[in-house]
Amino acid sequence: MNLGYYPGCALHGSSNDYEQSLRACLAALGVTLAEIDDWICCGATSAHSLNHKLAIALPARNLALAHRQGLAEMFAPCPMCSMQLLRAGQAMAADKRLREEIADIVEAEVDGGPRVLNLIQVFQRIGLDKLKGAVRTPLQDLKPACYYGCLLVRPPTVVDFDDAEQPQSMEAIVTALGAKPVAWSYKTECCGAGMTMAKTETVLELSGRILANAVAHGANCLVVACPMCHVNLDMKQADAGAFLRTKFDLPVYYLSDMVGMALGLGAADMGIDRHFVVGGGN
Amino acid sequence: MSRIGVFVCWCGENIARTVDVEKVVNSIAELPGVRCAQHYKYMCSDPGQAMIREKIAAEKLDGVVVASCSPHMHLKTFRRTVATAGLNPYLLEMANIREHCSWVHHDREQATAKAIDLIRLSVAKARYDRKLEPIRVPVTRRALVIGGGVAGIQAALDIADSGYEVVLVERDPSIGGKMAGLSETFPTLDCSQCILTPRMVEAGQHPRIRLYTYSEVESVDGFIGNFKVAIRQKARYVDMSKCTGCGECSKVCPLKRNPSEFDYGMGMRPAIYMPFPQAVPARPVVDKEVCAKIIRNGCGLCEKKCAPGAIDFKDTDKMVEEEVGAIVVATGYQLYSIGREQNSDKLRGYGEYGYGKYKDVIDSLQFERLVSASGPTNGELKRPSDGKIPQKVVFISCVGSRDNAKGMPYCSKICCMYTAKHTMLYKHKVHGGEAHVFYMDIRAGGKGYDEFVRRAIEQDGAKYYRGRVSKVTEENGKLIVRGADTLAGIPVTIEADLVVLAAAMRPADGVADLAQKLNVGYDEHGFLLESHPKLRPVETNAAGVFVCGACQAPKDIPESVAQASAAASKVAVTFAASELTREPEIAHINEQTCAACFACVRTCPYHAVEKAEIRARSGALIKHTARVNPGLCMGCGTCVAVCPSKSADIEGFSEEEIYSMVEALA
Amino acid sequence: METTAGAQPAIPQIESLSQTRLAECYQCGKCTAGCPTAGQMDIPPTRLIRLLQLGDSDSALRANSIWQCVSCQTCTTRCPKRVDCAAVMDALRQLAFERGTLSPDERRTVLFQKAFLDNIRRHGRLNEIELIAAFKGAVFLRDRSLPFLFRDAGLAPQLQKRRKLHLVGEQAKDRGVVARIFARTTPRSTHGGAQ
Repeated sequence: MNLGYYPGCALHGSSNDYEQSLRACLAALGVTLAEIDDWICCGATSAHSLNHKLAIALPARNLALAHRQGLAEMFAPCPMCSMQLLRAGQAMAADKRLREEIADIVEAEVDGGPRVLNLIQVFQRIGLDKLKGAVRTPLQDLKPACYYGCLLVRPPTVVDFDDAEQPQSMEAIVTALGAKPVAWSYKTECCGAGMTMAKTETVLELSGRILANAVAHGANCLVVACPMCHVNLDMKQADAGAFLRTKFDLPVYYLSDMVGMALGLGAADMGIDRHFVVGGGN
Repeated sequence: MSRIGVFVCWCGENIARTVDVEKVVNSIAELPGVRCAQHYKYMCSDPGQAMIREKIAAEKLDGVVVASCSPHMHLKTFRRTVATAGLNPYLLEMANIREHCSWVHHDREQATAKAIDLIRLSVAKARYDRKLEPIRVPVTRRALVIGGGVAGIQAALDIADSGYEVVLVERDPSIGGKMAGLSETFPTLDCSQCILTPRMVEAGQHPRIRLYTYSEVESVDGFIGNFKVAIRQKARYVDMSKCTGCGECSKVCPLKRNPSEFDYGMGMRPAIYMPFPQAVPARPVVDKEVCAKIIRNGCGLCEKKCAPGAIDFKDTDKMVEEEVGAIVVATGYQLYSIGREQNSDKLRGYGEYGYGKYKDVIDSLQFERLVSASGPTNGELKRPSDGKIPQKVVFISCVGSRDNAKGMPYCSKICCMYTAKHTMLYKHKVHGGEAHVFYMDIRAGGKGYDEFVRRAIEQDGAKYYRGRVSKVTEENGKLIVRGADTLAGIPVTIEADLVVLAAAMRPADGVADLAQKLNVGYDEHGFLLESHPKLRPVETNAAGVFVCGACQAPKDIPESVAQASAAASKVAVTFAASELTREPEIAHINEQTCAACFACVRTCPYHAVEKAEIRARSGALIKHTARVNPGLCMGCGTCVAVCPSKSADIEGFSEEEIYSMVEALA
Repeated sequence: METTAGAQPAIPQIESLSQTRLAECYQCGKCTAGCPTAGQMDIPPTRLIRLLQLGDSDSALRANSIWQCVSCQTCTTRCPKRVDCAAVMDALRQLAFERGTLSPDERRTVLFQKAFLDNIRRHGRLNEIELIAAFKGAVFLRDRSLPFLFRDAGLAPQLQKRRKLHLVGEQAKDRGVVARIFARTTPRSTHGGAQ
């Protein structure tokens, strides 16, 4: 299977462990990734906060580049990117005048952009049965709290993925890998998103509550599919614990880490050794 | 030659301000066939009507055209006028020069010209009017009531007490409906079953009420005064003629733990069970989905234990036919099921409230059963997860109501009142407990209702927060309810032991199918359509079919009872004479020219055209033909449009009349 | 506080940017109830929309709420009237930025967003080290806070040893088109909007 690939700034920046992880695991599953040629930033929080037109133009440029490359589908591992790409795509599909205006702004044909997939959808596309069959080391000691965060499932009118209130798609995958996901209450609560630098206290409070609820429901690790969430829950875990006057020791895995571990890949292969919280793990 | 009289009304200033009535009269008087034309200020008034009667006599008129308001206003009035003057009322035509002319145009010259044209049309039609007689249809003076809740019971009792037989069909094994499961009712806090069961017993024992429980209406044929109804009596596996209701069978049944329908899953019942202790009829029923004897020929303990030998595992569904003259639909409601399983694509439930995920998040009917003295916990409010008495209960209003995005846009009307009631019932049982209510508005418009809600707040200490709840999560064994109070402008979070959701009221399951069988309309939510929301709230557009109670719209018990009695009175009106009169402006088929293609039979929306045979006296078949049932036809004209041999036509709106109008304009 | 019923020009702009009709909000409070940062907002979302309904965009544009908002989309997802509250927040942020009517306590957040966009405009892709330097520098110029300047400095070696630190970031090859995209979408008045 060949997919277009839009890494986004985080995966080529300080979340390059996520890229290492997903490249290793998808290669093992026979998926090739065709990186979008000369992609640019999707605009993230800043564009949609300060400049509505720009917030459509930047992702639109990337959809156009993918279209130019002849890609029918593209995989965006960061939900902020995937949500912006989907939203721009939808806005232009609904409004011909906007489409033409944006085409002029981004200097490229924006008609018929590719389908945008998140990490969970890529695994669903590969097929849970195939995943299950490829498992060498069932993750039977892992009791993950599957954490979706915000933009994988919201707003439902844009992302149209799983259930916005009680999603189960990640649980289905980790169960197929032999793990025992816990039932907990903070699956879709916000971790603080892009406020890590600008409003650190907000992130510490929100992420701290998520970690606390996971622990309270018997989880021994967290699984995420977003680089932003990973930073807030992993890199900031010690600070979040201090903020809530407690200590956390919960490894935070990317979903691709879980799949890779189950396939028998090593921690170093996938960049798990580059996380901040080591804990139990591989 | 026709002798038509034309009467042009000023309608005060309504017509005369825009239409030059003098000019109209002068113009019309010259038309061939018009014997006389005059105008008057208020044609519908006594002097106006007298003028018409005088002219009919003086000029020996054989047709009358009244140019005035819409026929919706005064067609009946003027028909009576001409009838009293001895002229057949169907020789009257009305030209609408008010709603269709003076009220929608400003230019006096153009409006006058149009008024003249409209009257010319009516004159042209009037020349071809024929005398018609109203159609008489016999009436079977028995009524069918579908649904045995409080509305159905009230309607049945009223009709039966008026002297007519009633067939009461209820699909559950007992009558009583939702009200039988309530704890106490607002605003009096009467014990619900105490006030309902006497009515239930009366309905069960009434000499003129024939009760079919555990039964459903399978099909309805016929028309007002002459309905044939097929009823399916589902198999109970209990012989009602032998059973004494002793209950030994239930005691001995080994399959004790099936979720109880009556308790909405808050309690359990055996496979053979009495619906509830006060059931009418007080006889058990076997749940064929779980009974071991029925599924795999095992067990059979109840059959062995039953002394009168009333258990009959060979029982089957039975079909019964009843003939009735009027039908009252009282099928009631169901609560919006808040979880993920929905019976409609448009509804997705409320995952954010955790219903179905957390045991202690329940809906309002489940709460009623928990506080009911005859409920699964004997009136002790024990929460489902661990049986402990909750010290903090949060009530969330408007779950599924007033929600364009995920639920129903309408207000379910009763929830504000029953939520206040719930806080009071809770506080009366748990004196130290805290009751918290999240609401959007308080709808308490009935008699004593607002005072009731204030009592809950001011005397019983319920805390009310004005805002919706966004999410219910669980932490450390407590339910965390995240709401808001918009009056103070702050988010409000409460740690609760029990959360009660006031779910939206929806029409009962299967009502759409039933409506199709009855030819009754229903709206996008499934609520049955009344003929007119203001003036005809219990009639439907299907003649002889009436509605009452929550099947028409969300409403409380007093309204349901009032509507039930209203429907009963409409039934009494229907039965007042031994014959019913219908308007004669219906279709008829020329049986000589009819080619028996039956396109009309297929297209008639009222199923009013039948296939018939014309036979000689010897019995030999001469030809097939279509034939209109004068009791059912509504005169819509569809058959006229589809008939390829021009054999179908409408009395009073014949092709001849309509073409003459077209030619008059050309 | 008296509010005038007459709408100021900001409000049609807010409705147009967010594609919402403010009149559809019936003030149920579900947005405030689910907002993770409502406790830190001076004007929670419900009241913000109410002020806009009453014609008072001034108070809304000065509120700290719009900068406390983390764009989690919970409000929009749960609104029973399909009012896109998150988009209203975006619209308010954009207008506040363009007009310079910012809550003074929230300058840091705006400086961050602005630094982010400047970074993208120059490189096409985010250069993290440069962003942090620019952001911290801009904040220091305003409030001279040394603790803030050097907070997280200890992270650098931590990231370095995990090979997550990129002193020189990536760039898009065609940076000209990026600059042009920015030029075409940025109104003339907003360069350096955050005062």
